[in-house]
Amino acid sequence: MRKSLLAFGLLALLSSNAFAANYVVDTSGAHASINFKIQHLGYSWITGRFNTFDGKFSYDPAKPEAATINVNIDTQSVDSNHAERDKHLRSEDFLYVKKYPNAKFVSTKVESLGGERLKIFGDFSLHGITKPIIIMAEKIGEGKDPWGGYRAGFSGTTRIAMADYGIMTNLGPASTHVELMLNLEGVQQ
Amino acid sequence: MLKNSTLSYGWLSIVFHWVSAIIVIGMFALGWWMVDLNYYSPWYTDAPHYHKSVGLLLVALMLVRLTWNLSQKRPTPLGTKWEIKAAKLAHLLLYLLVFSLFISGYLISTADERGITIFNWFTLGSLGRFFAEQEDIAGMVHEYVAYVLMGLASLHGLAALKHHFINNDNTLVRMLTIKQQKEQQ
Repeated sequence: MRKSLLAFGLLALLSSNAFAANYVVDTSGAHASINFKIQHLGYSWITGRFNTFDGKFSYDPAKPEAATINVNIDTQSVDSNHAERDKHLRSEDFLYVKKYPNAKFVSTKVESLGGERLKIFGDFSLHGITKPIIIMAEKIGEGKDPWGGYRAGFSGTTRIAMADYGIMTNLGPASTHVELMLNLEGVQQ
Repeated sequence: MLKNSTLSYGWLSIVFHWVSAIIVIGMFALGWWMVDLNYYSPWYTDAPHYHKSVGLLLVALMLVRLTWNLSQKRPTPLGTKWEIKAAKLAHLLLYLLVFSLFISGYLISTADERGITIFNWFTLGSLGRFFAEQEDIAGMVHEYVAYVLMGLASLHGLAALKHHFINNDNTLVRMLTIKQQKEQQ
């Protein structure tokens, strides 16, 4: 009786594990990045990234539409490889990091587009304003890592209008939107 | 008279004083104005370029000035004991604030290892990043120190006017002309 209970318990544990595994984004090993790009005058792209963030997701390859994800970004960590510009990006003219030190994304719904492609609906908060956005994502791969863990990684892109988030500084007609590119590898917990 | 005496400043000290005063006030005005420039302003890149170029040339001028002043006599200060003490402290603070502006300004622009180009003439290299959030902290220091400096410089100017119009002494005149020395003798 006791044995069968234990077996049942183990089975339940295993099956719930296989159902929807929880992952923590591997920021400590820097196998994840949150990048952005914006046009400069309409002549080129400039890119940057947020160096400090954390995230969690749950994912079951058999049931991708049950996936959830949330990501927190430290806006102070913006890095466009130019100190003077980064200082300006952190100022009241853009991210206003003193007042709004965090940005975050919380998924609300996931649609499977077939293959490894997902459409992730969610709320993105930036500069004190929360708006629904859609991230077009793709699973890059998943499996065991060489060190005894299990990993899954995704890549996603979205595009936001700065004005939607109350960032009104005018950078010109070609530079009203920012594209965000997320590369998130999670380690299964 | 090139050199200072106990009665008056020499012309070199006078020139150093007024040239640096004009540049410092001009730099404050330029800095104040340029931080709010529109991205499409023709001055958006030129104004900071001039601010940094002139600022770094001012460092050289101030170092020469400081060396010169330390080698010179100071004209005997006029006024009451506490006025003389306050003036000395104010002069010391003016120097300290100006040099804090040099250091903080340099630390903003060089936080990412980029040097500062002076009038496309030569580039002063970066010493690298000394601490986290360097450009933000240095930027804040640069801004607030500039305000404090302008406040203290105004007080310094008002004190000179007070000496001139209320005490009717030579404090201001001897920073304007070297002739005073002869008249007093």
